[in-house]
Amino acid sequence: MKILVCISDVPDTTTKIKFAGNKELDKAGIQWIINPWDELSLTRAIELKEAHPDKIENITVINVGTTASEPTIRKALAMGADNAIRVDSEPKEAYFVAAQLAEVIKSKQFDIVFTGLDSADYNGSTVGGMLAELLDMTSVSAVSGINIEDGKVIVSREIDGGTQKLDVQTPFIAVVQKGIAIDPRIPAMRGIMMARTKPLEVVAPANIDNLTEIVEYEMPQPKGKCRKFTEENVNELVDVLHKEAKLI
Amino acid sequence: MNFEFTEEQKMIQQAAKDFAERELLHDVIERDAKSEFPADRIKKLAELGFLGMMTDPKYDGGGMDTVSYVLAMEELSKIDSSVAVVMSVCNSLVNWGLETYGTEEQKEKYLKPLARGEKIGAFLLSEPEAGSDATKQRTTAEDKGDYYLVNGTKNWITNANCASTYLVIAQTNPEKGHKGINALIVDKNTPGITLGPHEDKMGMRSSDTHSVMFNDVKVPKANRIGEDGFGFNFAMKTLDGGRIGIASQALGIASGAFERALHYAKERKAFGTEIFNHQAIAFKLADMAVKIENARNLCLKAAWLKDTKQPYGIVSAMAKQYCADIAMEVTTEAVQIHGGYGYVKEYHVERLMREAKLTQIYEGTSEIQKIVISRSLLK
Amino acid sequence: MTVLVYTENREGKFKKATFELLSYAEELAKNINAEVVALSIGDVSPDELNKLGNYGAKKVVTVKNDKLALLDNKLYTAAIAEVVKKENAKIVILADNLSGRALAPRLSAKLKAGLVSGVVAVPNSYDPFVIKKKVFTGKAFANVKINSDIKVLTLSQNSFGIKEASGNAPQIEAYNVELAGESNAKLVSVDMITGKLLLTDAEIVVSGGRGMKGPENWTMIEELAELLGAATACSRPVSDEGWRPHGEHVGQTGKIIAPTLYIACGISGAIQHVGGISSSKVIVAINKDPDAPIFEVADYGVVGDFQKILPQFTQLIKDVKNS
Repeated sequence: MKILVCISDVPDTTTKIKFAGNKELDKAGIQWIINPWDELSLTRAIELKEAHPDKIENITVINVGTTASEPTIRKALAMGADNAIRVDSEPKEAYFVAAQLAEVIKSKQFDIVFTGLDSADYNGSTVGGMLAELLDMTSVSAVSGINIEDGKVIVSREIDGGTQKLDVQTPFIAVVQKGIAIDPRIPAMRGIMMARTKPLEVVAPANIDNLTEIVEYEMPQPKGKCRKFTEENVNELVDVLHKEAKLI
Repeated sequence: MNFEFTEEQKMIQQAAKDFAERELLHDVIERDAKSEFPADRIKKLAELGFLGMMTDPKYDGGGMDTVSYVLAMEELSKIDSSVAVVMSVCNSLVNWGLETYGTEEQKEKYLKPLARGEKIGAFLLSEPEAGSDATKQRTTAEDKGDYYLVNGTKNWITNANCASTYLVIAQTNPEKGHKGINALIVDKNTPGITLGPHEDKMGMRSSDTHSVMFNDVKVPKANRIGEDGFGFNFAMKTLDGGRIGIASQALGIASGAFERALHYAKERKAFGTEIFNHQAIAFKLADMAVKIENARNLCLKAAWLKDTKQPYGIVSAMAKQYCADIAMEVTTEAVQIHGGYGYVKEYHVERLMREAKLTQIYEGTSEIQKIVISRSLLK
Repeated sequence: MTVLVYTENREGKFKKATFELLSYAEELAKNINAEVVALSIGDVSPDELNKLGNYGAKKVVTVKNDKLALLDNKLYTAAIAEVVKKENAKIVILADNLSGRALAPRLSAKLKAGLVSGVVAVPNSYDPFVIKKKVFTGKAFANVKINSDIKVLTLSQNSFGIKEASGNAPQIEAYNVELAGESNAKLVSVDMITGKLLLTDAEIVVSGGRGMKGPENWTMIEELAELLGAATACSRPVSDEGWRPHGEHVGQTGKIIAPTLYIACGISGAIQHVGGISSSKVIVAINKDPDAPIFEVADYGVVGDFQKILPQFTQLIKDVKNS
């Protein structure tokens, strides 16, 4: 089996977001990381390969991005991916990214494709589903677990009100959420050393029209001041919640 | 001149940071209180390759440079110096010593498992009556033909219990003075070796520190490092590199305390504003920042000299002395900035202050470093 | 021309989120002279379907097909796309929840229709079509323009509210869709959470952080939650420590929720946690540290020891409820 993990690089989740003139993200001082969901997907893919070396022959990571995203890609290789593909373009919007990925994946065979449920930047949670439709593949969303049992791929997904276990035929796209792996893998020295020698293929982007574009950013309105109470006047808070806010 | 880190160096720094924050932070206060050695975490650190990160890949190491090592040591020490010191002893004393001066057979047998992190090493130099003055070794290694018979006591030995491989410095020919000293590779499970109790220390309480007693311990001749009488020279050369490790540790203790103090100063309010807005606090933080920047530059300079095969003994002594001294100063100020909170365990800075103290003492006190530095000025 | 709403039901009952979607769709439809059509997949009683009229649906298209017994994203998308075409829908609205997030992207790609997910307001303008959504996990908003003729939106929960409309019974039309192919997934087992209010459905959420000291103190949280008819949640360190199940983790990498009232006990308010709760209408924080960042996003705060505050708070609410 061959696994593909789609990765994007996003500002570190603790980053304070600023914009340059409301039109674009102010990239100064931002530390870029692998999108947390993508990192967990990759971690799970590596765990599966370690547990089933006979079944999983290769893990590829793919990214749509400029050379600026190469440190992120190299980190994925250091973690344990075998090779990488970078589609050489700014990731303009979700459909654009999905269509670029589809172009590359079409010509290669992957059995399981992982994408993150969400991205910590544009919070689209959209690339995986779009990619599946463009490739006419099965997609399973909100995947919180994946295992290989008796040669079958068993996927757990969250549904409204619970979880389901599914036996899914490959090839398919898993849109992954929290729970797939506990912590992202920390790259080992050996992995870091080998990352530079692993193949990183750069492909030219296809010509794709954007379906959406960001016109302008806004910052949220600052919240009004917090009204503070103490251990001694909790009763006043309850009063306010009951009479003014009418919440209880 | 280029101050840029490479992609690999940044990755190692991040890996160490992630490891420390994820694996060490949550129970570091508790382990310190109980003097508990985190064997499980050391195993994970070993699996990631940190314990043999600088050893040549030819001997199963990570092949990383000293700059990367400094960055990793700083990150680990920001959170837990008791763990960082294991890495320091393994990399810069034991592994480096074996790699640089050991025979191929010794490297095959002892260095490889150490570099892979399967085994841990310890460096046995200090004695009850030979601390800073390492020429006065009381531990003897009597030449018995095809083996040495080792007798004596070593003190303050980091990794004494968790290590499998000891590098022991002992006197073979007392009449030759320090030129009679040998360095021997000793399996810890050799009959005749016993450990004293775990030391109840002021700081770095969860590091594995014991005294080690040798009573008629037989060590094969093949386990001697270098020529007969090379031991003292071996110890001094090894300690040159060791200083870079402890300097980076002190740096990490300082920068860890600084980060906490800065964060606290930006959140804590007094007299209607964040205390950072009071000049008394802001200037303290400015002074701390300058010291840390200097300290880091000294560590990196020493590492760079070592990586580019230039003499680094003097700069590493400067780094060790300066970093240890500013670690003490910076952690003390960090406690001060925290006020009463700084004096309780929950806020980490009091622990960092206790840890800082040790960096001024072990692997050559600050005073010894000044001897090394001042002697070099005479030349 | 229509605005199509994808409705969801649980065991034949529509979820409140569905009524919000319809209310929102009605507002959009007015502005483009369109009618609201609801799509319902599966078994729902006529009475229940009629309810959709109360929130603006003029017509309900019901689809039943054995192939849709299991949520298969591909087959569901095919079914929705067919109804979009049949109804000449120009805007398709889904909830920004598990199934909405699973289906909307596929639908977008299938119809080459621009998708904006997690929208938080009615469009700023209709021509060009520009609409606001949250980005960087609530740290900012982006106004996004959709270039395509058909638009797909997923609506962030509780961002518009439920508004009752005129309330004529909608026209109900059963519609057969032809679905090619079979699902590639077989159901192995299901594990439903029963007897417990779901975090994402809850109007009120009571949540605890590391400041709660240990799992043994959660009885206080649970008691308060039960009294308020609230769901329980926690911050990331708490689920990482194993004090509470991962399903309760609220924050940037856990669940993102938007209840009417969020009560945070012993949560310092790390930026990642705030990302998951910032859309709550009212936030009450209980924390011993007066400078904890949670107070910057909270509307009401109590500074002090939760062990003293929570029992009082619970008792006082009991008194209010009994009076």
